[in-house]
Amino acid sequence: MTPALEVIGLTLDFRQDGRAVRVLDGVSFRVEQGRTLAIVGESGCGKSVTSLAVMGLLPGTARVGGAIRLGGRELTALSPEEHRRLRGGEMAMIFQEPMTSLNPAFTAGEQVAEALRLHQGLDKAAAFAEAVRMLDRVRIPDAARRARQYPHQLSGGMRQRVMIAMALACRPKLLIADEPTTALDVTVQAQILALLDEMKRETGTAVVLVTHDLGVVADHADEVAVMYAGRIAEQAPAATLFARPEHPYTAGLLGAAPGEGERGERLASIEGTVPDLRNPPPGCRFAPRCPFAVARCEAEAPPLAEVAPGHVSACWRAPLDGVLEAA
Amino acid sequence: MGTRPGRPGGAAPPQFRTIDAMSATAAAIPAGESPTRRAIRRFLRHRLAVFGLVVVLAFVLVAILAPLIAPYDPLQTSWARIRKPPSMEHWFGTDENGRDVLSRVIWGARASMMAGVVSVLGALLIGVPLGLLAGLAGGWTDALISRVADAMLSVPFLILAIALAAFLGPALENAMLAIAITASPVFVRLSRGMALDAKSTDWIEAARALGNPAWRTAFVHVLPNIIPPLLVQATLAIAEAIIAEAALSFLGLGQQPPNPSWGSMLNSSQRFLTQAPWLSIFPGLTIMVVVLAFNLMGDGLRDALDPRADKT
Repeated sequence: MTPALEVIGLTLDFRQDGRAVRVLDGVSFRVEQGRTLAIVGESGCGKSVTSLAVMGLLPGTARVGGAIRLGGRELTALSPEEHRRLRGGEMAMIFQEPMTSLNPAFTAGEQVAEALRLHQGLDKAAAFAEAVRMLDRVRIPDAARRARQYPHQLSGGMRQRVMIAMALACRPKLLIADEPTTALDVTVQAQILALLDEMKRETGTAVVLVTHDLGVVADHADEVAVMYAGRIAEQAPAATLFARPEHPYTAGLLGAAPGEGERGERLASIEGTVPDLRNPPPGCRFAPRCPFAVARCEAEAPPLAEVAPGHVSACWRAPLDGVLEAA
Repeated sequence: MGTRPGRPGGAAPPQFRTIDAMSATAAAIPAGESPTRRAIRRFLRHRLAVFGLVVVLAFVLVAILAPLIAPYDPLQTSWARIRKPPSMEHWFGTDENGRDVLSRVIWGARASMMAGVVSVLGALLIGVPLGLLAGLAGGWTDALISRVADAMLSVPFLILAIALAAFLGPALENAMLAIAITASPVFVRLSRGMALDAKSTDWIEAARALGNPAWRTAFVHVLPNIIPPLLVQATLAIAEAIIAEAALSFLGLGQQPPNPSWGSMLNSSQRFLTQAPWLSIFPGLTIMVVVLAFNLMGDGLRDALDPRADKT
């Protein structure tokens, strides 16, 4: 079966002061229909620009290389106009800030209806009726009345439900959720993520969940891709990744997640800082911070290699059996 | 979910049942009052603004109904009643050609109100699309449009209008066109600034992610959000345009004799300022009242449309 989204060797350069800065360097991953891929990593590792590249929403100064295939269709070769037509229809995106992602001048229903009018050519009345049904499906109580309210009259969680309804109105093949719950209260976060899971089951859409929260990943992702400094460090099924990380960076992230240690104990952290992308280290980009780095790591960038079926890692020392224990 | 502990490989989280809790609060929330209706409600509480609106509407009616309410033909001259002071027959007196000043003020409302409204509409049609284009497209498009607008703004309003009107030839239509062009840079600047603000918002990004074409993003998403300041500015600009039309007509570049406009009446009355002051006083007062009314209305609109005002 063709995967819903396949990204192969994606590179992204931004021009800055006359020189190009490589923000993404050979990013590859795939998402099957009806599955959730979580992309995790620290701020600035490239997870958000990856999703913007797929959507075709990068500014004109960005240069994209490699291949992005949506249901087998190559996106990097599309004209901006062709790319635009896919947005909101075949692929949709939910943003981090539900408080400001809705247009203050229109009602919730009008905004959901817009997707249907743009992509399915429905007239105003039919689109609005469908929008109300959509709002009902994302569990907005009294959807008919809520549809006539303006964003400022809705709570953050309610607005994120409206965003999800907008995104899913045209039954996209791919839904990209860029930190969809970061701005929400903890209990509302759980509701929104449960709703996303439910909608994914109902519509069979593939979901790319961009997040830096490993708790969210553990509970809601089928596959996980860990990004570091513009590259994929490791990709594996979620359970495998948490049980047997095969990249020292992943292991470090898991160790740094709060909740493991005793109260009052210092949280574990990864020593050092993220490399400057204008001047990246020549070999493995994690090498300067890696406790297991050997000479080869500094010299040569490790390719993504399979360490187990469906589990790839970009580390010269993988598999890490014994390496982690020895530390 | 930064505050929630990670649970690598842990048990599934508890599923929350929340729908009941939400529907309980739903009933308490009023159905949406549209921003337009809220603005109207707030405007109507503003007494001076409502007064301004009433005066403006009255003059619009006078302009439309001029043929019905003017007591005399505004062009009918008479040797028998040259420069007669105000009386029961001629409330505002008569002018140097024996024409009824009241009738001329009434017919003059047509030229002046038209010049005000039409030239500002023209300025909006020229300025707003250019401003949106400059703000949203950026780059050299923005640089070009903004520099031209800045250059026009660096010339005093009336000087530029006079130059343009002189170039186009003396006629009321040309005066309106000249005022429209001269007033447009203000709207370019205003809508460009608002478009720049809008461009960095999340809802514009969301509109693009929904597959909106660029023109639709500009006119369907950005424009409704910048209408309030445009409306306020347009109302105040109408007042300026009325004065500009009067000035151009005063200089002989607007309404051509014998047709009346308030400006051209002032022009012909200046020679008789001492002998027949009523020739200047009535058109002058009328201009003042109308301009004041538009300004009061504009101030009221500004308060009514201010998003930071009361949140009732």
